[in-house]
Amino acid sequence: MPVITYREAIKSAMAEEMERDDRVVVMGEDIGLYGGTHLVTDGLLDRFGPKRVMDTPIAEGGFTGAAIGMAMAGMRPIVEMMTWNFSFQAADQIIQNAAKIRYFSGGQASVPLVIRGPNGGGVQLSAQHTHSLEGFYGHFPGLKVVAPATPYDAHGMMIEAIRDPDPVLILEAGALYGTKGDVPEEEYTVPFGKSRIAREGTDITLIGYGRQVNLLLKTAEKLASNEGVDAEVIDLRSIRPFDTETIVDSVKKTNRAVVIEEQWRWFSVASEVAAHLQEHAFDYLDAPVERVSGAEVPAPYARNLEIAAFPGEDDIIDAVNRVLYRRS
Amino acid sequence: MATTRNSKKQRSAAATNGDKPHVPQVSPEQLLELYRKMVLVRYFEEACQTAFRQGKVGGYLHVYIGQEAIATGLLATIQPDDRVITAYRDHAHVLLLGSDPKAVMAELYGKGTGLVKGKGGSMHLFDVEHKFWGGYGIVGGHIPLGVGMAYAQRYLPDNTGITQLYLGDGAIHNGAFHEGANLAGLWGREGLNPCLFVLENNQYGMGTSIERATANTDLISKFDSYAIPRESVDGMDIEAVYEAAVRLTERVRETGSPFALEAMTYRIAPHGAADFLEKYRSKDEVREARKRDPIGLTETKLLDRDIVSEDEITKIRQEYQQLAADAVKFAEESPEPPLEELLTDVYAEPEAVG
Repeated sequence: MPVITYREAIKSAMAEEMERDDRVVVMGEDIGLYGGTHLVTDGLLDRFGPKRVMDTPIAEGGFTGAAIGMAMAGMRPIVEMMTWNFSFQAADQIIQNAAKIRYFSGGQASVPLVIRGPNGGGVQLSAQHTHSLEGFYGHFPGLKVVAPATPYDAHGMMIEAIRDPDPVLILEAGALYGTKGDVPEEEYTVPFGKSRIAREGTDITLIGYGRQVNLLLKTAEKLASNEGVDAEVIDLRSIRPFDTETIVDSVKKTNRAVVIEEQWRWFSVASEVAAHLQEHAFDYLDAPVERVSGAEVPAPYARNLEIAAFPGEDDIIDAVNRVLYRRS
Repeated sequence: MATTRNSKKQRSAAATNGDKPHVPQVSPEQLLELYRKMVLVRYFEEACQTAFRQGKVGGYLHVYIGQEAIATGLLATIQPDDRVITAYRDHAHVLLLGSDPKAVMAELYGKGTGLVKGKGGSMHLFDVEHKFWGGYGIVGGHIPLGVGMAYAQRYLPDNTGITQLYLGDGAIHNGAFHEGANLAGLWGREGLNPCLFVLENNQYGMGTSIERATANTDLISKFDSYAIPRESVDGMDIEAVYEAAVRLTERVRETGSPFALEAMTYRIAPHGAADFLEKYRSKDEVREARKRDPIGLTETKLLDRDIVSEDEITKIRQEYQQLAADAVKFAEESPEPPLEELLTDVYAEPEAVG
């Protein structure tokens, strides 16, 4: 099986679908000539030409809205947000139009639109360029929100998203573009609404998504070797639709859970996961569900402050120990 | 229906007072047909207002009274692949494209027989079979959508359609307008944007007059920034609107490039049906505007040219009064949407909710 980067996995998915379906186009800021600021679209302009790979002005609301119109009119546009931070400029289009048109048209119109781009922080981009928006966009009915952590999932979810009849937001783990993994050559998709068990274990369930999955896997190995704790790691992958079953089944086995996220805790994905667990697995829980989240501050610039603002290995181990009643 | 019409005596006086003789390019049959459509819209809108005041229509209600000539003239040119999109003052557009007035009224009543099954109401009418693509409640927000639809009309094979994109004067100050118009101009340069912008300039963005909203009050000139050619027309004169519509839709269809038409008009009705105080404009101003009521002006033409008699006018009015009454009756007697409808149409597949 070929080993390719997360970046190449997304690009090859888009290219395959563009080959298969003329209705698919890509648009965004500097995605053509420049090749994309993260090089995810590099080479597509040469292959598919400017009618299908469109460089846009720096006007997220305008081009996202235009993509919604294209989708309603029978095209299959993929919008690149250079980073999700800029999507606030397009939030009116995404929330007020894309998410709601099927409903308020009484099912007459659909918006088969994909919006993708890097999400999350970790590279000192400070306050305005560091957001994790799963909770924000996951709040709105009508949107589908996914956050793949591996090249395999990034490729399969991208194809699934392009073929989906509804708007799909792919919150890519920007920090993982260069990471490598197996991606089969034959066509496959990864369905939405299904989490992935990234590591099987029996003592505690660690739940996360995006780049935190790698952190959880690393921490789980440490817990196994240093603390004798066998942790199960669940990669949520799909924020909306949400897979309650997999986390509930896991907690029925381990009786304990820690949820980790880079975003702010208030009204967040981790809070939602904790609520689902107490609703559906209350009798199986031996301890309250712990949330490990980002600090409640706008993202700082200084490297040490930034590291302190996001969950790290020690934060996870502390939470695990609290949930296991081992030390405070 | 309260319209103002000059007496025959006043009309002949005006005709001999050195007014430029008007050479009609609209045939008598066409003019009569356009008139009938405007009357349809007027009585429908009056019935909506009544129902709103009776508490039978909820939410917001924005009627088209005074502006009928614009959509009537423009939508008379519609072709098979065309698309139409507008904001929330949308009843006229959907009726003129051929939607069943009963289904439109039932939508306003929030009934299951409504045009969008009671899910959108007055601001979100949709009838894609009749080329009407909404119906949007956020000022300016629909403009980029229309530009994208126009792109699709030249991107997708074998499509000769154009998009008629309606916006009010209030929307022109919004960023969505500028971003959308910029893309239209850009893509239109390659023949990839057959979009006819129709600026319905009724001179007020809600209660804020143009001069209180912008220092450049020549609103249509804002299209110059995006290299979109433009012109203005008397939006109260159905013949002038229709003539511009025929010419400009042809141009946009042939070039694949956008054009902007400003139709000068006046919203005789309040902004919304709940806007009854109207502190932002004087009664005299409204009274003055009524003298140029597009329906009254058209009746004058029809009578002057002996196309119809007063009796025939009365009959036409009665016909559409009845049609509006029938729509109200249908809406009142229709059942509410079944509760199962609450959770459908969120996604294509019914099960994906959380």
